[in-house]
Amino acid sequence: MSALYDDDNLCLTQKKQILNLRAKLIHSIRSHFIKHDFLEVETPLRIPSPAPEEHIEAIPSGNWFLQTSPEIYMKRLLAAGYPRIFQISKCFRAGERGNKHLPEYTMLEWYVSGFNYFRLMAQCEEILKAVFTDMGHAECISWQDRKIVLNSPWEKITVADAFARHAKISCTEAIDKNQFEEVMVDFIEPNLGINRPTFLYDYPVEHAALAKRNLGHPDVAERFELYIGALEIANGFSELTDANEQKQRFEKALAARAKKKWAQYTMPEKFLSSLKNIPESAGIALGIDRLVMVLANTDCIDDVVTFTPEML
Amino acid sequence: MYTASDLRKGLRLKMDNEPYIIVEFNFVKPGKGQALYRCKLKNMITGSQFERSFRSVDTFEPADLREKKMQYLYKEGNKYCFMDNENYEQIYLTEDQVGDAKNFLIDNLDVEILLFEDRPIGLSLPNFVDFIVTEAEPWAKGDTVSGTTKPVKVQTGYTIQVPTFISEGEKIRVDTRTGEYLTRVKG
Repeated sequence: MSALYDDDNLCLTQKKQILNLRAKLIHSIRSHFIKHDFLEVETPLRIPSPAPEEHIEAIPSGNWFLQTSPEIYMKRLLAAGYPRIFQISKCFRAGERGNKHLPEYTMLEWYVSGFNYFRLMAQCEEILKAVFTDMGHAECISWQDRKIVLNSPWEKITVADAFARHAKISCTEAIDKNQFEEVMVDFIEPNLGINRPTFLYDYPVEHAALAKRNLGHPDVAERFELYIGALEIANGFSELTDANEQKQRFEKALAARAKKKWAQYTMPEKFLSSLKNIPESAGIALGIDRLVMVLANTDCIDDVVTFTPEML
Repeated sequence: MYTASDLRKGLRLKMDNEPYIIVEFNFVKPGKGQALYRCKLKNMITGSQFERSFRSVDTFEPADLREKKMQYLYKEGNKYCFMDNENYEQIYLTEDQVGDAKNFLIDNLDVEILLFEDRPIGLSLPNFVDFIVTEAEPWAKGDTVSGTTKPVKVQTGYTIQVPTFISEGEKIRVDTRTGEYLTRVKG
């Protein structure tokens, strides 16, 4: 399907079916969040400076940037006293184009005050199970040649355990050798969410710019990723509420970005000062396009959007 | 200089002083980690292939490759001689470099010679080449079954399937990309 050019692609029955599926999915998600007493919000897409992250590059828009995620503004809302908020918005990331990446994509992001990452995983599972049920997959879903069971408890495994189970080297070793990403892509991810959805959790602190450190294990951050059918669907964490530590991590990311000669961001001071009012909370970002890929049983993101950048 | 974000299928790079073409490309990026640019590269001289992943900090030199129109002159031993139409200089390609194109090299044929830093490394043929049939079985009268073909030989020694009505001495047009007969050429 992705080999076709221009609007021939849009005429295909399969494409029409997927776009219908997509609309139905977004409708279902929205209705469940409203049912769970969430407030739908819209924060600006065009912003002065994104949260400094070492490996995410924003697309400039005049003197400002297009958002890479709505994270910092949704957290300012949390700090201002909005305890349950969600947003479905477009996010933009420079240079990200592959079978599973588009430089412009759709993200569902939600935040809950008073939650930690474990309660958020539970809520994510509950809402997605209801959404899958709406979409006609109460029990299971076909993925490639297999069946992913949805109606039993979803799997939870730490990053360290996943390395021990699936890789030849430990997580610490992989980070020391600068091979964390390669091992993740080649040995870990292909095994995740295959029989049932999997939450991979407790990430090394280096891989969690805005997540809270785990008090018992200060080397790991309270961050998780949800995988379904080896596909990374969502990323969530207990929010870091310590402004000093957040500032230090941003400074580190800014320095790393300067070294790579990437766009210079400004320190998000208003966000940092809002952290003093932020309650203990957790938030999660879920790729809508990826979830449509699972529902449509396709491994190419081109199949689930109206137009790819190449078709414009 | 290319950066990792320039990498794509078909891009030609210089690595270890040899030209490579990217034959497969994929962008992967786990979680909030670094992007990996996974490439399958083919050496444009030896044809050998290997896989490698690059990071966003990697840079690459473009391969200095260009094509030049030249005329095929003759074969000498296992070398094929071509002449530059502009300055009449002669260059040689080995049998390996010519590859399957040898079946279609008729005298005085204009081809595009691929040069890497002015060194000839390969050639591309015109899409269509006209040949003379040098050997063919005569057409048996009454053999009117449509769709039947017979093998004939052309002046390069190449054997090709043609319709049964083609006879020795006739001119035929061949698609060099598929190696298949297209049509009879009058005159």
